[in-house]
Amino acid sequence: MSTRARHEQTQSSTRPKLAVVKFASCDGCQLSLLDCEDDLLAVAGVVDIAYFLEATSRIVPGPYDVALVEGSITTAHDAQRIQDIRQQSKFLITIGACATAGGIQSLKNWADHEEFMRVVYAHPEFISTLATSTPIADHVEVDFELRGCPINRHQLVEVIAALVAGRKPRTRTHSVCLDCKRRGTVCVEVAQGIPCLGPITQTGCGAICPAYDRGCYGCFGPAAQPNCNSLTDHYESTGSTREQLVPLLRNFNAAAPEFQAASDRLEVNSGTEAQS
Amino acid sequence: MTKTRTIKVEALTRVEGEGGLYVRLDGERVDDVKLSIYEPPRFFEAFLRGRALEDVPDITARICGICPVAYQMSAVHALEAALGVTISPEIRRLRRLLYCGEWIESHALHMHLLHAPDFYGVDSGIDLASRFPNEVNRGLRLKKHGNELLEVLGGRAIHPINVAVGGFFKAPKKDDLLRLLPDFEWGLEAAIATTRWVATLDFPDFTRAYDMVALQHPDEYAMNEGHVASTSGTSVAVEDYENYYEEFHVEHSTALHSGRTDGHASYHVGPLARINLNREQLFPEAKVLADGIDIDWPCWNPFQSIVARGLELVHAYEEAIAIIRDYKQFSPSRVSYEHRASSGCAATEAPRGLIYHRYEVDDAGLVTFAKIVPPTSQNQQQIEADLRDWLPRVLDGNDDHIACECERLVRCYDPCISCSTHFLKLTLDRGKQA
Repeated sequence: MSTRARHEQTQSSTRPKLAVVKFASCDGCQLSLLDCEDDLLAVAGVVDIAYFLEATSRIVPGPYDVALVEGSITTAHDAQRIQDIRQQSKFLITIGACATAGGIQSLKNWADHEEFMRVVYAHPEFISTLATSTPIADHVEVDFELRGCPINRHQLVEVIAALVAGRKPRTRTHSVCLDCKRRGTVCVEVAQGIPCLGPITQTGCGAICPAYDRGCYGCFGPAAQPNCNSLTDHYESTGSTREQLVPLLRNFNAAAPEFQAASDRLEVNSGTEAQS
Repeated sequence: MTKTRTIKVEALTRVEGEGGLYVRLDGERVDDVKLSIYEPPRFFEAFLRGRALEDVPDITARICGICPVAYQMSAVHALEAALGVTISPEIRRLRRLLYCGEWIESHALHMHLLHAPDFYGVDSGIDLASRFPNEVNRGLRLKKHGNELLEVLGGRAIHPINVAVGGFFKAPKKDDLLRLLPDFEWGLEAAIATTRWVATLDFPDFTRAYDMVALQHPDEYAMNEGHVASTSGTSVAVEDYENYYEEFHVEHSTALHSGRTDGHASYHVGPLARINLNREQLFPEAKVLADGIDIDWPCWNPFQSIVARGLELVHAYEEAIAIIRDYKQFSPSRVSYEHRASSGCAATEAPRGLIYHRYEVDDAGLVTFAKIVPPTSQNQQQIEADLRDWLPRVLDGNDDHIACECERLVRCYDPCISCSTHFLKLTLDRGKQA
C-alpha cells in the first residue's frame, strides 16, 4: 500500500514553525487566521506555516514551535492524538471555546450518550465516540488559552506577534459588562430586563450583543472571579425562570467550570431533570 | 490476476473540516472509492431537543464556522414556517443582504486561497501570492468586504449575533451600511476582473451528465426561498423535499449519503447548479459576464465551478449595493409570534449548495425534533461517482500524482466537512467488494 507522502524535511529557518490542529469543532477559529486578511501575508512572512490543512497542502512534520489547537476531545483517537501534538509542540495554545471549555458539543456531558447516538444515527454501532466532550487542558498541559466562540482575530494576531517577539501574549480578563460602559451601550438588563451574562463573561467580543439589543450569551466564557450565583439569583428575583437560566449558562462554554457549577446548582435546586 | 493497489489521501487539504480519501484499483479498474470523514460527530440534532426555539439560530451557526449564515437562515425560515410567521419585505431584503456577505466571503476564500492554487500546482494561496500578488491581494480584499458586511449587519463575521426568529435583533443604521458602498463599488469591478481571470484557467476537459439541484424562485436569483428544482426537469415544493431526496446508508460504507428517493441516484448541489438553473436571473453585470465568457451554458464541467463562484461573487456585490442604496431603517426589526405546537421546514442556498432544515416544536416553544441536511452530505455520493470516472484519466502517474488529481476534483465542490451532523467515522473495509 502506498501512502501519499508530501512531507517535506524541515528547512533551516529562523521563523517559528506553526501548526494549526483541529479536533471536534466548526473550523471557525482557524478560519479567523485566514480572516486576518490585511495581516495574512505578513503573518505568513514571520512564521513558517508548517501544518495547516485548511490553508495549505504543504505538510511539514513536527516538532513545532507553536501549535494552535482548535476543538474539543470527543473520541479515544483524538485523546491519543493530542498527546502526540503536545509532545511535538514547544508552545501549545488552545483557540476557542471548544478547545478551552469543550464547546457546544459538551451538552452531551449532561445527556444519555447512547440515546444521543440512536437519535442521530441509524446505525449507532458504527459510531466511535466518547460519552463526553472535554477541553484540551483536561488531557495535556496548555501554555495559553485564547477564549471565544469564535476567537477574536485581533487577539490571535497579538498571540502570534508575542510569540515571534518572545514575550507572553497579553489578553484581558475583565467582564463584557465593562466594555458596554466603554461603548456607551445602555444596559439591556437594567433598561429592558433582559437576562445578560455580561457581568460574568470575559471580554473579547467587543460587547456586541447588548449593542444589538440582546443579552450576552457567554461566548468568551467566565470572566476572572465571576459571581455567577449572585447574578442568577438576581435574575430569578426579577422574573427569570430556571428553565431560562440553565440553558443560558449551557451554551458554547457550558462545561467551563464556573458556568457548569452555576447551571448545575440551579438544576439541582429546582429538582428538574437534566435537559438538553 | 491483475495487480491491486490502494491510494490513500490521509488528510484532504484546502477543504473545511477533516476528511480523507480511499481508492482501490484492480489493475486499471477502479474497484472502490470512498470519501472518508473522520470529523467527530457532535450530535446537534440530539441536543437541540429541549432548547428554546429562539436558541436554534445561535446554536446551529456553530455547525459551521465557514457558513454560519446558511445555518441561521435555514433555521429561522423553518421555525417561522412552523410558527406561521410572515416576515416583512424589509426583513426579507436584509436577510438577502446578510447572505450576500457570506457568499462574498466564502466564494472569495475558496476561489483564491483554496481552489486557484490547484491550477498553478502550488500548495496554497499564500504560495500563489508570490506569483500572482495582485490577484491574491485583490481576492483577500474581496473576502474582507464580505466579512465587513457581516460585521455591520450581523455583529460579527463568524457566528453573527443579530439573526432572530422573526427578523433581526436590531436593524442596522443606514449610515453604517452606506459606509460600505465605496468599497463595494470597487469590489464589484474587482469581482468582474477576478471572474475574467478564473475563466481563463486551464480546465481539464471533463464533463458529466449531472442531475443538478438548486432552489428556484420566479422573481429572483434564489437564496432564501423557492422550489427545489433540478436540471433533470423536476421541481418540488420544499415541504416535499424529503419525499424526493433522502439520506441513506450505503452497504460497506459508514457515511450517510443523500440521493434521489427513487433509486438513490446521486445529484449535485452548489454554485454550478445554481448558475445552470437560474442564470437568467443574475443581476445585469453578472448576466452580461456569464454570456461574455468562454463557457457554453449549461456547464457540466465541475472544475469550472470556480467560474460559477465568480459569477455569484459579482451578483452578490450587485445585489448588496442595490439593497444598501434602497435601504431605510425600519421598526420593528422582528415580527412577533406566539408559540404553538407545530412543525416546519425550509431550504436555502449555502455558498456550497442547498441546505435543508426541519423542526418540530411544542406549545412552550421548545424544540422536540431537528433534522439538518448540509450541502456536503448531499454532494458526497456525487463526489465519489465523479472520482470513479476521473480516476481512469489520471492513472498514468505515481500514487502521489493520482492522489493529487483526486484532491483537485474533490475541491471543486468546496466541501465543508465540519458540517458533520450527518457524517460518520469511516471504517475501511479492505475485503473484496462486489
